[in-house]
Amino acid sequence: MVRFFNALGTPVLAFCQYLGELVLLAADTFRSIFTHKLRWKLFLNQVVEIGLLSQLVVVITGAFTGAVFAAQTFFQFNKIGMGSATGAVVSVSICRELGPVLTALMVAGRVGAAMSAEIGTMKVTEQIDALRALAVYPTDYLVVPRALAMMISMPLLVAECIAVGIAAGYFIAIFLLEINGTYYMANMVRWTRNRDIIMGLSKAFCFGILIVFISCQKGLSAREGAVGVGRATTEAVVNSSLAVLISNFFLTMLLNIIYPAGYQ
Amino acid sequence: MIEAPPSPEISTKSDVAAANSAPMIAVRSLTKKIGQQEILRGVDLEVATGETLAIIGRSGGGKSVLLKHLVGLMTPDAGEIWIQGQNIIGMNERQLGEIRKKVGILFQSGALFDSMTVEDNISFPLREAGERDAKVLHTKVAEMLEVMEMEGQENKMPESLSGGMKKRVGLARSIIRGPSCVLYDEPTSGLDPVVADSINRLIRRLQKRLGVTSVVVTHDMKSAFDVANHIAYLHEGRIYFYGTPTQLQQARDPILQDFLLGRSDGRGD
Repeated sequence: MVRFFNALGTPVLAFCQYLGELVLLAADTFRSIFTHKLRWKLFLNQVVEIGLLSQLVVVITGAFTGAVFAAQTFFQFNKIGMGSATGAVVSVSICRELGPVLTALMVAGRVGAAMSAEIGTMKVTEQIDALRALAVYPTDYLVVPRALAMMISMPLLVAECIAVGIAAGYFIAIFLLEINGTYYMANMVRWTRNRDIIMGLSKAFCFGILIVFISCQKGLSAREGAVGVGRATTEAVVNSSLAVLISNFFLTMLLNIIYPAGYQ
Repeated sequence: MIEAPPSPEISTKSDVAAANSAPMIAVRSLTKKIGQQEILRGVDLEVATGETLAIIGRSGGGKSVLLKHLVGLMTPDAGEIWIQGQNIIGMNERQLGEIRKKVGILFQSGALFDSMTVEDNISFPLREAGERDAKVLHTKVAEMLEVMEMEGQENKMPESLSGGMKKRVGLARSIIRGPSCVLYDEPTSGLDPVVADSINRLIRRLQKRLGVTSVVVTHDMKSAFDVANHIAYLHEGRIYFYGTPTQLQQARDPILQDFLLGRSDGRGD
């Protein structure tokens, strides 16, 4: 019995310690944002890396998700004579769920992995020790520019994903599935509200914060050379993705109180 | 600790001056355990201002761990470290930043930033200190590269440098801000004898030119004898011997003899 609780306790304690490290890193970063000067060049480099260079993957994700979702919705709705409602379903779903979640998963894979690998390599090759020895606080230099760039880039990427997804759904619906364009647009505009967009962008901001801190923390705690960096990178992507999916449920429930769904 | 016999060297002018001044670095009862292994078991050490101390000892004996403690890169389990009269134990990272501006460190691998050119690496501390004038930065980097005998290498990336060049660039980066103390972690390890000698000459030249206090961690005895005013032998987590290079050479202690002669069979044949 004691052995059972020991076996149970060790991973629980490790998980609590991991959460604590994440919270401390986040607190340290926010303190640094408000009390120390920003390295603008590093920040802009990260905006390019996270925001600009992620666009292609986000646009492709948004376009094909919007297209396939429009098609599947039409196939089901058309049976009961509601084909023109496809636009509303696609638009609201992409704004509230698909846009932010899929963009976050793509960014976790592309940017989170890169962040973790870069910082992890710096850790195991003593470059972070060198930063510290040169009187540069690693959080200021490595985490703050990435966190700020992520907070700005993620909502913009999600907005782009939503726009492209809705546009792709529209084109598929009108030109391939031959839905009446006027009804499609009218339903879409009627059922899609500003609050749906705000909800999507709010989620994007939260997901961005989760991805950046999970990835940076994994990089900063990397050990044992190349194997350690590889492990940190994998864990960063897996943990970020899981955090996005799990937190999405709670964010949906919370934000639905503030921004209720449906036509009201 | 082995008491070194009196030596004529102790009465040289520089040693007397060093002995009279307050220590640049003082370590008191420093202990550190990593995992189950006790690395440092109560290290006591002083480094006088302006002197060069070589810390020697067997590989894995805790020399680099001791050196990293001196700039707060590692936290001890117990003990005190005083840098210019300030106890750095208990300081947070930001407070340590002020100490680290006075103490440069050359890492064993050089620890160059691999995404930056040689010029960006060397000028990094100045840029972080707020210097933005590209001409000033370039001039200072060129001066440093001249001191390191590496003129014209500004635009190279670290991956295209040899081991010795990386160490010289790392050294240039650590001294460009004019620290009052420089710590060297195995400055000659992995280098051929000619390049190792050039590094030793650099250390001596920096001591003469900038008057910096130096702590050199090494197991290269030639390097230790070349550069040091004093030598400390770290053995089983404690300072086993402290004295001048001559005193070390004259020591008859079997453990020291084994190390100096490179004997692996304990007390010799």
